[in-house]
Amino acid sequence: MMSLISFSNWAAGEGANPLIPHTAELIVGFIAFSLLFLVLRSKVVPMFEKAFAERTEAIQGGMEKAERAQIEAERALAQYTTQLNEARGEAQKIREDARAQGAAIIEDLRSKAAEEAARITAAATAAIEAERQQAVTSLRNEVGSLATELAGKIVGEALDDQVRQSRIVDRFIADLEKSK
Amino acid sequence: MGVRLAAEDGFQPPSTADFELPPVFGDNPYTTKPVFLVFFSVILISVFFILASRKALVVPSKLQFAGESIYGFVRNDLARDVIGHEFMRFVPYLFTLFTFILTNNLFGIIPFLQFPTMSRVSFPYVLALFTFVIFHYVAIKHKGLITYLKEIMFMPGVPKPVYVLLTPIEVATYFIVRPLTLSLRLFANMFAGHLLLLVFILGGEHLLQGVIGLKLVSPFAFAFGIALTFFEFMVQCLQAYIFTLLTALYIAGALADEH
Repeated sequence: MMSLISFSNWAAGEGANPLIPHTAELIVGFIAFSLLFLVLRSKVVPMFEKAFAERTEAIQGGMEKAERAQIEAERALAQYTTQLNEARGEAQKIREDARAQGAAIIEDLRSKAAEEAARITAAATAAIEAERQQAVTSLRNEVGSLATELAGKIVGEALDDQVRQSRIVDRFIADLEKSK
Repeated sequence: MGVRLAAEDGFQPPSTADFELPPVFGDNPYTTKPVFLVFFSVILISVFFILASRKALVVPSKLQFAGESIYGFVRNDLARDVIGHEFMRFVPYLFTLFTFILTNNLFGIIPFLQFPTMSRVSFPYVLALFTFVIFHYVAIKHKGLITYLKEIMFMPGVPKPVYVLLTPIEVATYFIVRPLTLSLRLFANMFAGHLLLLVFILGGEHLLQGVIGLKLVSPFAFAFGIALTFFEFMVQCLQAYIFTLLTALYIAGALADEH
């Protein structure tokens, strides 16, 4: 401060002390500054604040919207996943059922076939047995009568020699074959 | 300037007389260049910011963005960061202070205007007085007169004998040093800066009129004058910032509760 005052004294003597205010300038400064303050406070600051608030709101609104959309998307995804899993499980179940059913059908058919085979076999066996029985019976009757016939023939004809005997047997057999 | 041209007997260094500009109309003291410049700055700032803020768009235009950048700087970096949650009350004042000082400082290097209004001490005095009144008013309203004075004069947590030394210092700080340094810092910076520019530019001009050897030196003086102009630009912005920052700090101090 002192140096400034002495500086002003050094300067040619015309300049007043630069630290002494002028009344006119004080008044002008006061009025001008107050005026500017009133203008900026009433016209500028509220508008900028409004812009700031709107911008904040817009950004926040946008963010909230995006958040909502994301939640919605996640929910849909979860739903689809659940549905897909359900469908998959159902398909699996259906496949298993079908397999089980198929196996049951095959088993059923197999047992039926076996049964049928057994039945057929049994029937055949029974038929064969009956036929055999019949054959045995008829053979027995035939053998009896043949034996009787043979015996009659043997008795009726003299069995004097070997040749005759064999002739008789041969004839007998030939008769047998003929009678068949 | 007329005085200097009349003096043909040699170079007359720029002096405080260069800051005592005569009235334009007669001897009416309200028609000097600094007075015109101050009113011009008010119109300039008002028009610029009203145009910038008029539409208040969510997506700003270039003009609005420019205005918002300055406003946002004062609002967020000065007011909010320094004062805290009650900052919004003081934004209009700090914003006016910053733009007013900055514009008037920049007048010092704007061609044809070329006079920093704040080099007239009256204007910094007025601004410092505003700040002085505001921060004391805020403190008294916030803390009560007695508590506030007690806080200034008897800072808590200090041994009693120290008050002999501390009380005068604190009182002087709050009531004399703060407003005085606030105004003088701004004034002296603008005053000295303008004087420096005058020295180099008028000096260069004078050298140009001298003998051939001096003519050769003259460009260096001009170059230095230009370099100093950039330097002045920095100082002008810085001083506007410092004045506003200190005001915000004083207000913050007035709102702070001592524990």
